[in-house]
Amino acid sequence: MTADDRFAEDFRQARADLPLGTRNEIITGPVSDWATDFSHLEAEWAADPYRIQDELRQRCPIARTGRFGGGWLPTRYEDVAEIAYDTERFSSRSIIMSNFRPPRELAPVGGTPPISSDPPFHRDARRLLLPAFTKSAVAGREQATRAFCHSLIDTFEGQDVVDAARDYAQHIPVRVIADMLGFPPDDGPRFREFIENALEGVNLPPEQRLARMEQLFEYLQEQIRDHVDHPREDLTTYLVNAELYGQKLAPSHVAGTMALLLIAGIDTTWSAIGASLWHLAKTPADRGRLIADPALLPTAMEEFLRAYAPVTMARLVKDDMHWHGVGMKADDWVLLSFPAANRDPAQFERADEVVIDREVNRHAAFGLGIHRCVGSHLARMELRVALEVWLERIPEFSLADPAAVAWSTGQVRGPRALPVRVAPR
Amino acid sequence: MRVQIDPERCQGHGRCYDLAPELFAEDEEGYGQVLVDGVVPPDQGHDARRAVSNCPERAIALLQEA
Ligand code: HEM
Ligand code: SF4
Repeated sequence: MTADDRFAEDFRQARADLPLGTRNEIITGPVSDWATDFSHLEAEWAADPYRIQDELRQRCPIARTGRFGGGWLPTRYEDVAEIAYDTERFSSRSIIMSNFRPPRELAPVGGTPPISSDPPFHRDARRLLLPAFTKSAVAGREQATRAFCHSLIDTFEGQDVVDAARDYAQHIPVRVIADMLGFPPDDGPRFREFIENALEGVNLPPEQRLARMEQLFEYLQEQIRDHVDHPREDLTTYLVNAELYGQKLAPSHVAGTMALLLIAGIDTTWSAIGASLWHLAKTPADRGRLIADPALLPTAMEEFLRAYAPVTMARLVKDDMHWHGVGMKADDWVLLSFPAANRDPAQFERADEVVIDREVNRHAAFGLGIHRCVGSHLARMELRVALEVWLERIPEFSLADPAAVAWSTGQVRGPRALPVRVAPR
Repeated sequence: MRVQIDPERCQGHGRCYDLAPELFAEDEEGYGQVLVDGVVPPDQGHDARRAVSNCPERAIALLQEA
């Protein structure tokens, strides 16, 4: 079989042979009690999850919910870390807490390796990606990223108010990942739709979610076929040719990993850049310090990642068990809140304050254990360059209308509307 | 003083080679490696301690030599 044949037919047929997985009733609406009915998809959580998590940490460190077919929310650093390290009892078969559980047969590979994979397969799928994402490998993209950031700010010419999330932060990771995968740079708006569906559309009717997923995989299939016909120096061609256990990858693995890179790389970094700019817009003292001492930026950035960690993950409980005083059932969700862990006063001094020169900062924004974010070095480069360019070009800025700032709901949190005044008047 | 990385714990966050590039480097997969013999020169004690206190996996040990 040649590489071309693998992608000739609709490879998603292979998925249709699997059992269907399980669905549950979709429950939405205001939360009655965060300790027993939590939902990360309600407006109250989107507006300020920290207050809710801090309160839970004190009175009920492991909250539960009957929504999403049942799940748990630990809020202490210690518990989050223990679950992240315990891949024996907690599976990554699905990492988005939703109203659908993929079939058990999908483990240990999962739909989007390596994030959806469990040991032992996980390690091999992950190793395929690591060399392309080391600090020195991503350094090669810094210059182009910087030039792109400048070009975005050039478009602000003549405007007093710009949207730092919509007109700046969001475009940066889209461009970087499109370049790495070798996708047409103008397809950015299409990726954003796919991502919004995967991460924010969790409570939409299942047919609608499925139809949108189909669109993503159709798009990826087009790109893969184009790369099979015209190989290039990019990640798509690399994945098409990559081998595991002496064989080329299954087509669903190639497409699943590409989907992961698109979904994991964009919203997350966009959120980190946006939250950092939001903080700086409303905290002139920190902004002034960074302008006076740009060498502090890398340390400040880690503090923004700690305090405004954009990413929460999920796990599925493998078997019924008692865990730290609660009775978990097989296939219960665990919402793995790295943001809550990062604000645990038992782990961090002045946990609820943003201290931009924090010396001791073992934050978990990029996860802990075997699933440590493969893109962390890339994300850090993008975040640093985005902030450097912004502060160099727009040292003075402030929130134009604090009430107009809007945050995403779901497992990736960041500002989606962030109007800032860039010209002092 | 010497630094050591426990390869079982290291997950390649790279805080060590960000903060103390004279003492640590990445390998081809991004995992941390101790450069040369891990002996910390007197002027790098601060960097070494920062690496230790920023490694999310607590994979770095600082050994006081007798
Ligand atoms: C600030 C931005 C980002 C944050 C906060 C972030 C956060 C995370 C977290 C917490 C995990 C752990 C998942 C788990 O434990 O289940 C993860 C995994 C992952 N991330 Fe990121 N991420 C960011 C940017 C990126 C970028 C830019 C890429 C690549 C283009 C990326 C690719 C991945 C991949 C492939 C995994 C799966 C690793 C594995 O399962 O072994 N991420 N990310
Ligand atoms: S900071 Fe810790 S986990 Fe990261 S590379 Fe260094 S030793 Fe490894």
